[in-house]
Amino acid sequence: MERNLMKGNEALAEAAIRAGCKCFFGYPITPQTELAAYMSKRMHKAGGVFLQAESEIAAINMVLGAASTGVRAMTSSSSPGVSLKSEGISYLAGSDLPAVIINVQRGGPGLGGIQPSQADYWQATKALGHGDFHILVYAPASVQEMVDMVVKSFDRADKYRMPAMILADGLLGQMMEPVSFPEINAEAYDKSSWAANGHQNKREHHIINSLYLKPDELQTSVYERFERYEKIKADETDAELYLTEDCDILLCAYGATARVVKSAVNSAREIGIKAGMFRPKTLWPFPVKEINEACKSAKCLLDVEMSMGQMIDDVKLAINCSKPVHFFGRTGGIIPTPAEILEEIKKIGGAE
Amino acid sequence: MTTEILLAGFGGQGVLFAGKILAYCGLMDNKELSWLPSYGPEMRGGTANCSVCISDDPIGSPLVLAPDILVAMNQPSFDKFVNDVKSGGKIFIDSTLVESKCERDDVECYYIPSSQLAEDNALKGGSNIILLGKLLKETNLFTLDTMKKAIEKVVPPSKAHLIENNFKAIEIGMNN
Amino acid sequence: MAVVFERPKSLIDVSTHYCPGCTHGIVHRLVCEVIDEMGIEGDTIGICPVGCSVMAYDYFNCDMIEAPHGRAPAVATGVKRTNPDKFVFTYQGDGDLAAIGTAETVHVATRGENIVIIFINNTIYGMTGGQMAPTTIPGQVTQTTPYGRDPELAGYPVRVCEMLSTLTGTALAQRVAVDTVPHIREAKKAIRKAFENQKEKRGLSIVEVLSTCPTNWGMSPVEAIKRLQDEMIPYYPLGVYKDVTAEGGSN
Repeated sequence: MERNLMKGNEALAEAAIRAGCKCFFGYPITPQTELAAYMSKRMHKAGGVFLQAESEIAAINMVLGAASTGVRAMTSSSSPGVSLKSEGISYLAGSDLPAVIINVQRGGPGLGGIQPSQADYWQATKALGHGDFHILVYAPASVQEMVDMVVKSFDRADKYRMPAMILADGLLGQMMEPVSFPEINAEAYDKSSWAANGHQNKREHHIINSLYLKPDELQTSVYERFERYEKIKADETDAELYLTEDCDILLCAYGATARVVKSAVNSAREIGIKAGMFRPKTLWPFPVKEINEACKSAKCLLDVEMSMGQMIDDVKLAINCSKPVHFFGRTGGIIPTPAEILEEIKKIGGAE
Repeated sequence: MTTEILLAGFGGQGVLFAGKILAYCGLMDNKELSWLPSYGPEMRGGTANCSVCISDDPIGSPLVLAPDILVAMNQPSFDKFVNDVKSGGKIFIDSTLVESKCERDDVECYYIPSSQLAEDNALKGGSNIILLGKLLKETNLFTLDTMKKAIEKVVPPSKAHLIENNFKAIEIGMNN
Repeated sequence: MAVVFERPKSLIDVSTHYCPGCTHGIVHRLVCEVIDEMGIEGDTIGICPVGCSVMAYDYFNCDMIEAPHGRAPAVATGVKRTNPDKFVFTYQGDGDLAAIGTAETVHVATRGENIVIIFINNTIYGMTGGQMAPTTIPGQVTQTTPYGRDPELAGYPVRVCEMLSTLTGTALAQRVAVDTVPHIREAKKAIRKAFENQKEKRGLSIVEVLSTCPTNWGMSPVEAIKRLQDEMIPYYPLGVYKDVTAEGGSN
């Protein structure tokens, strides 16, 4: 397959078009701007729609409108913009609509900074809007994975009729790496039973809605959604296990941080410390059985994030707090270095 | 083995472009590689820099903190990064714009008046590529053929007439 | 015997949740009559707001989408851009359209989206129990302006048709009322024109309908109609504020 050199943000856009995304609605924000710029160049030629919305709120609702008619739709933003989209994401989930949302994370809270960060883990996996719901969350660690996960997220969003998010960061969005685009045979999901695209006087009218004024009806609808979530938890988890079979210390990291952690794990191995790495590729559902497999031989875990420690909650829950879980993180847009992480490994490795 | 390269200078000096050429060299040679720019308001007139990693193995962190090779195109960049270069590393310096000399004796420094050379040879904005020519000669990282192919790939079709100028700049860098 | 009057086919035969004397029913009917006359029910997608007409999806027989509060124009944009051959309309109240959704309203107009907005202006928030709306008239008593709307404190009302008529992308901005038979006939003509504009891709058409809210105004339906005539029409004059199809009208 031909290797191209592309920025992460551009690769996300190209992958979406190839995956059959027919419309992109967005609003400018650093560090994801190249994605929208790429879409504005390519989408029209690919027979789709590109529209720069007046706000993040409008953009996500344009996605809601397009998705309601059964069209593959996407929006992208970075942290502060995703907060604005959260209302629409809750409505998408409540209306059982598939859509893909990209978050190229930057530092927060508030306006924060524009350098890479992973401080939106909680938002993405626990609280992207009000109400009882989940969305699928994929965490790529390379430009190639950004491509593969965009393709997968469109498919799974359609399959389960729910929003899916790519949780990337400024480092992945801005960097260029070789990437190849696989032959995509996007499965065409039949949306004719629910899409509101005009009934042509051939069927009952369809209603896309998240309003249930009767508590028992709302409960039933949420129950149904959570049954789906159980199936997703069983079928859709994905993780990379690196040198975990004999590891004494298991490092846990996702996304760009996992690249740095991998370098540190290799360095640790060179000096005789049996380190391994667990890297979730799906953050929701969290790969519970995979992490338990990965930490079998480990005496302790070290969670590393570009945040003050958010995924660490899921790590502890997943292993039921059965082993000590240490934390090392940098925040505000600072990328941890392999040397810092190695020091941490030595410290913990020596202490236990 | 991973070669970590840091290119730094003013915004507008073509630091990112030069880094792209190196990245494409890696692509041409079927290497693993990464290219990571600094981004944000500092790109306007401040120091812009760009990390390039070339390797036979998958790249870990794409952020270069301790470069094997530094290309310093202005004084602030030189001052900022000179002490980060690994022992045994190489530094390529535009001596038209960088006045000071490196005081380290564990690195190899190459002083090329690349801005002046660009001006003398009517290669406006070619200082970055002249430095790449010197880098090519002193590092054996890539062949001249690879770099020419990379330049053809990176220069946009609308500016194809500039490809020859870039080739010329490489040559000047190799011969100085 | 010839049938001279019947329920429009696109208006579902159910009783609505609207209060007695509320004019939503009249406007629903007018929209459906136009949809029937143009024969476009199968090609029409309607967008409901948040407000009293939040459940209008149970009354319109075309495909319907329930939008977040104020976002109906954005949802409609998403529908129309990906389905340019379909008819798309939003049905919004004053709080939805002129307060929380002002940005969406202005931008859907300035982009000249080929959609229809049916805008119900009754100068009050109905569903939440009668709070001040962006269109509440100075002096008007509401739950949140218990001493009457004081512009010193609460600012002035928004005149939506006047505002949108300044935008190039607006094809039609017309204010109508449903207090009398002649006005109702005028309202229907405006709605028809709005849908025709969409067919001809002329841009955004908004029909503002001055309506009543007897419940939250604390009036009988008859008193409410009288208030509409005595207080609302003077403040919100009826008429065509922009019409690109009229003589001399253009974008």
